[in-house]
Amino acid sequence: MSQSNSEKTLWLSGNEAIARGAWQAGVTVASGYPGTPSTEILENLVKYDDVYCEWAPNEKVALEAALGACFAGARVLATMKHVGLNVAADPLFTSSYTGVRGGIVIVNADDPEMHSSQNEQDNRNYAYAAKLPMLEPCDPAEAKEFLKTAYWLSEGYDTPVIVRTTTRIAHVKGQVAPGEKSSSSVSPEIVKDAAKFVMLPANARNRRKFVTERMKKLSDFAETFPENRIEWGDGTRGFITSGISYLYVKEAFPEAAVLKLGMVWPLPEKMIRSFAEQVDELFIVEELDPFLELHIKAMGIRCHGKDLIPAEGELNPAVIRKAITGEESSKFAPVALPPRPPNMCPGCPHRGLFYALSKQKVFVAGDIGCYTLGFLPPLSSMDSCVCMGAGVSAVHGMAKALGEEGMGKEVAVIGDSTFVHSGITGLINIVYNDSYSTVIILDNRITAMTGQQPNASSGTNIKGEPAQMLNFEELCRAIGVKHVITVNPHEMSETKKVLKEEINRPEPSVVISRAPCVLIPSEKKRVKVPYWTKIENCTGCKACLGLGCPAIHWVPVTPEEGAKLGFKEKQKGHSEISIELCNGCGQCAELCKFDAITIKEDK
Amino acid sequence: MSEQGNILFCGVGGQGILLASEVTAYSLLAAGMDVRKSEVHGMAQRGGSVTAHLRYGDKVYSPLISPGEADIVVAFEMMEAVRYLPYLHNDSKMIVNTHKILPPAIATGKMDYPENVLDELTSRDIHLKAFDAFEIARRVGEVRAVNIVMVGVLSSYLPIDGQVYVDVMNERIPEKFRDVNIKAFQEGRKLAAQTG
Repeated sequence: MSQSNSEKTLWLSGNEAIARGAWQAGVTVASGYPGTPSTEILENLVKYDDVYCEWAPNEKVALEAALGACFAGARVLATMKHVGLNVAADPLFTSSYTGVRGGIVIVNADDPEMHSSQNEQDNRNYAYAAKLPMLEPCDPAEAKEFLKTAYWLSEGYDTPVIVRTTTRIAHVKGQVAPGEKSSSSVSPEIVKDAAKFVMLPANARNRRKFVTERMKKLSDFAETFPENRIEWGDGTRGFITSGISYLYVKEAFPEAAVLKLGMVWPLPEKMIRSFAEQVDELFIVEELDPFLELHIKAMGIRCHGKDLIPAEGELNPAVIRKAITGEESSKFAPVALPPRPPNMCPGCPHRGLFYALSKQKVFVAGDIGCYTLGFLPPLSSMDSCVCMGAGVSAVHGMAKALGEEGMGKEVAVIGDSTFVHSGITGLINIVYNDSYSTVIILDNRITAMTGQQPNASSGTNIKGEPAQMLNFEELCRAIGVKHVITVNPHEMSETKKVLKEEINRPEPSVVISRAPCVLIPSEKKRVKVPYWTKIENCTGCKACLGLGCPAIHWVPVTPEEGAKLGFKEKQKGHSEISIELCNGCGQCAELCKFDAITIKEDK
Repeated sequence: MSEQGNILFCGVGGQGILLASEVTAYSLLAAGMDVRKSEVHGMAQRGGSVTAHLRYGDKVYSPLISPGEADIVVAFEMMEAVRYLPYLHNDSKMIVNTHKILPPAIATGKMDYPENVLDELTSRDIHLKAFDAFEIARRVGEVRAVNIVMVGVLSSYLPIDGQVYVDVMNERIPEKFRDVNIKAFQEGRKLAAQTG
């Protein structure tokens, strides 16, 4: 909330505010993996010179690295998106038992509505399942303060703390009081404490008892935590809510009584009971799962929840108002229009690879990244996409199910960052358990979809400093892949030839499709020579349109216009390149058999 | 100031909608208002249909504008203007760049760009300000300044002095692009003044 502050108020996104809060709380080590909507936290935290930040290969490694730093006594932060916490779930559950030395906070970003995700799981369930406290801010100002609270809780109650955001916290900008860096500091040192940190059964059973006691103490804390607060209204309708839903409720029902939970696990049962008794009708408003509702109903309290409020997608004030009063806010119905799905950029190397792949008529086991867009027409070259690394593992499973029949009929595609994240183990399985699978590594040198973060194969670290560059060719050979071939995906006919050979090979093989993402700063700076259309040469064959490049479009012509252009009677139009969009990759020129696409210079 | 309002920016990923909403937001902040803005990153930015929600006033709760509650819609592309029709109310104003950006199905000749698509708006008596911002940006000498042309037009509907925007741009836009953007802003403002 904005406060009259003599200092200049900042205007920050939730992610910027979280970075600031972590720094002010005395964090010195932070590790994470990029994932929308969590990515900008580390990108902002790295700007503070007194914090060590890194992009880890995946979320499990990030959380384990963070745990190690916490065992050494530092205050640490781990950041990830909701599905990333699945990957990190293994250390998460046991870190609940070990507890901490320095404070550890995991910022977990959920993505209701799946703006940039493959599912919309509700990670509040992790707090319950792993027996960990979870804070949920409603705006950037709270996000910053909650980080500080989280470290205080972590060290005070010997527990990792999860701070949960959603897209509308992470990517919302609002006013934030600048605040100050905490003076309390920690000095890392090695302290051996096997009973606490060695989780074999005998120790773990003891720590299990501790976890129960800790959660009981945290439940007591929840009753007095000022961020679990009641805002009394007219008393007829009462709402229990948290996070972004709180702001929607305030907007939709400004006069109503609200119990706002800043801590969504464990719950303040006494406070909830007393609130429920003092309102005529109780509504639980939350996005996604009936998490609060289930636990409140388990207390034996009657309330409305998912009987009225949608469990799918994002909420907004109008959705809540309509669910409760039936009142429709929109006056105008949507007009049916051609869809506008996202697309790969002009000059994207993935397009060349997928074009070549689209000619192979194979099942493409895909993965998570920009290249998932290869699914869309006209390329239509992806047949499955589940989670990070799934394509590599799945293509092997398909081979085993199909036997010899399946040879030459399926292939996996995976990006460079995704391969490092979760693809390597799948490739080991292909070699170790001997299938004929082929894996294509789409190596564009960067983690592109989340905004060009460097990874272990980029040659730079999060600060842009030089770093060891993982060599995919050597890695794959070391795993035992005998056939590792590197292609330039912009050269599509050569790529097509290689793909055909490798997909049909009766042994494991890897094709590395390597060309840089057009959004890498060095590529953006590079002067590109755009292509253009010699319209008089265009026969209207539409071959170039098969690429689905945003810089090429079809221009229909009338018979009169066609005649003027010297077209044959049958020709209904021509292709045209928007020079201001063209990145000069030349893929379309390779496809044009009529010399209608050339670089501007040889006009 | 007791002014309050909801501005929805919509268009195509890559058109500079985030910068446009950012310049507007900082100008409103400089005028002493509470401002919240919501946007979406990641998959949504790759040439797809995108929005930024901006709300301002004495005290703003929700960062999202609900359907039926946008006071001004700033549409960077003509068809996108119509896509967000459900966000309008009876007195909404709409600023539309008539420049067309073809989505894949149209660019590849599989579908047609809807003809006279703006009729969907004029037939509903929506206060419309439609013009080719791309052409203006081209005239100014930087086609990427379309977003700031749009801010220029938008500024004439907001209760802030034009100089505030210029100050914000001076502070926030790298020197290399500053002059051309300020020129784009002034052209947008001029256009708004011309036809009321």
